[in-house]
Amino acid sequence: MVYTSFGGKLFTVANYILLIALGLLCILPLIHVGAVSFSSSTAAGAGNVNLWPVDFTWKSYQFVLQKKEFLRSMEVSLQRVLLGTAVNMSLTVMLGYALSKESRSFFGRTWYAWFFVLTIFINGGFIPWYLVIKEAGLLNSLGALVLPGAVPVFNVVLLLNFFRTLPKELEESAFVDGAGHWTILWKIFIPLSLPALATIGLFTIVGHWNAWFDGLILMNSPDKYPLQSYLQTVVINRDLSLVNSTDISMLAEVSDRTLKAAQTLLGALPILLVYPFLQKYFVKGMVMGSVKE
Amino acid sequence: MVEKNWSRQLPLHLMVMPALLLVLVFSYGPIAGLVIAFQKYSIVKGIFGSEWIGFDNFRYVFSLPGTLDVIGNTVLIAFMKIVAGLIAPIATALLLNEIRIESIKRGVQTLIYLPHFLSWIILGSILIDILSPSSGIVNQMLGLIGIKPIFFLGDNQWFPYLLVLSDVWKEFGFSTIVYLAALTSINPTLYEAAVVDGAGRWKQTLHVTLPGMLPIIILMSTLSLGNVLNAGFDQVFNLYSPQVYESGDIIDTFVYRLGLVDAQYAVATAMGMFKSAVSVLFVSVSYYLAYRLANYRIF
Repeated sequence: MVYTSFGGKLFTVANYILLIALGLLCILPLIHVGAVSFSSSTAAGAGNVNLWPVDFTWKSYQFVLQKKEFLRSMEVSLQRVLLGTAVNMSLTVMLGYALSKESRSFFGRTWYAWFFVLTIFINGGFIPWYLVIKEAGLLNSLGALVLPGAVPVFNVVLLLNFFRTLPKELEESAFVDGAGHWTILWKIFIPLSLPALATIGLFTIVGHWNAWFDGLILMNSPDKYPLQSYLQTVVINRDLSLVNSTDISMLAEVSDRTLKAAQTLLGALPILLVYPFLQKYFVKGMVMGSVKE
Repeated sequence: MVEKNWSRQLPLHLMVMPALLLVLVFSYGPIAGLVIAFQKYSIVKGIFGSEWIGFDNFRYVFSLPGTLDVIGNTVLIAFMKIVAGLIAPIATALLLNEIRIESIKRGVQTLIYLPHFLSWIILGSILIDILSPSSGIVNQMLGLIGIKPIFFLGDNQWFPYLLVLSDVWKEFGFSTIVYLAALTSINPTLYEAAVVDGAGRWKQTLHVTLPGMLPIIILMSTLSLGNVLNAGFDQVFNLYSPQVYESGDIIDTFVYRLGLVDAQYAVATAMGMFKSAVSVLFVSVSYYLAYRLANYRIF
């Protein structure tokens, strides 16, 4: 539809400008911080940096990437993402498959479903959650970051709703041919749901990468922190005890501000890298769960 | 036949078991752990050895001078976020719907969806940098038009609004997705009929587009009711400081400090339980309304 009236044309132009401005508003702060991270400490300190680095330098990144604490926290994050995603996805697939069955072919299905869905509505809150994990002996271990959130009920619901849209005849004919539930899940349901699984998998990866609070609370020593928890302590809370003496000599060339900017950008980098794949899937994924019979 | 059915469905029970055990321990365990709200709980004595004191912890926490302010802050911030979080994406979806150049539309969508995927650590760090009163770019630009530096993150006048604004900034784009999906499902013949009846673009929006979006608007509004006490822990925790406790301290951050900083586990749990109870009430009402008004079911 094309506007012919003057007011209509004016609206069209204003609308384009407004939406492009909104789009830029979402990315410019990140670009600005990126520019600061590549600028010299003097330029950043003098406030000369806008959207492009001034006195371009890699120094801040060199400084951050030689820091043992930073690299170690990156390693913890990677372990957490790999293990956490594997655990989440296996449980989501099995649970989603079982709960997508009708009550008459899966006795107790409704009870099971309510058992899980209730946890979306009620939770014990922060202190009992902490005490349970402590009593389970998980403090300071990778298990504390993976097991308490191992069953993402919301994703299970998404997947079970998707499984229900698959034709029942596939399953029935496989049964006739002698296949059991494990075979049907592995050979029919999983191959047919790869886009849905990719969506949920990417969201899970992002969720594990971005999680910071559990690491901060459940790990007793900073060397066990995943990256986002580490960033919380050094970038947000300015915990200077984590800066050691060899750091001081380099601090002349970089500044607190450029270092923070570099760490922030490195913390966002994996998300920016998977974002194109994410975007391909998540629009479909968001709509996926709402398709019901 | 029944016998055979049992052996056939056994794998289904096995598939549920691992998740069931984990949820039993890590979701229902903490729910059972709520009983410490009624105890004079000490770590050493544990749940079974601690003394039962009825509602004393609740009485104590509500006698603290700051508690009512904290609840007030929570409701105010959460309410503003709910309202702004509904209006901004609906308006954006309507405007995006008017864009005819597909590449620009997709480009804008790519940009506005992005902040949703970044953590509040990253976004908090960015906001702290750009809003800094000494070197932040926002205050530099305000300086160009003669406005003195404003300490947005340290000023009680600004802080709650900054929370709302930055939350909308993070989420408005991603929230447009459901509305855009609803727009694509509107029957094009309705627009053709409207054009035949002489409706311009504005009238079409008013009489075709908005009514077409109404079910999803009603659904999102009712579901958001459940968030009246969720003012956003991740965001507030990473942006606030003692200077802005007066306007920005919310139930979740208050519980965090009571529990982990002051180690008053039972008192913190009592406060958390108060929040959970109210939230469950609102969430139940919201899902009931969503079911009645929009025929929404979870599964």
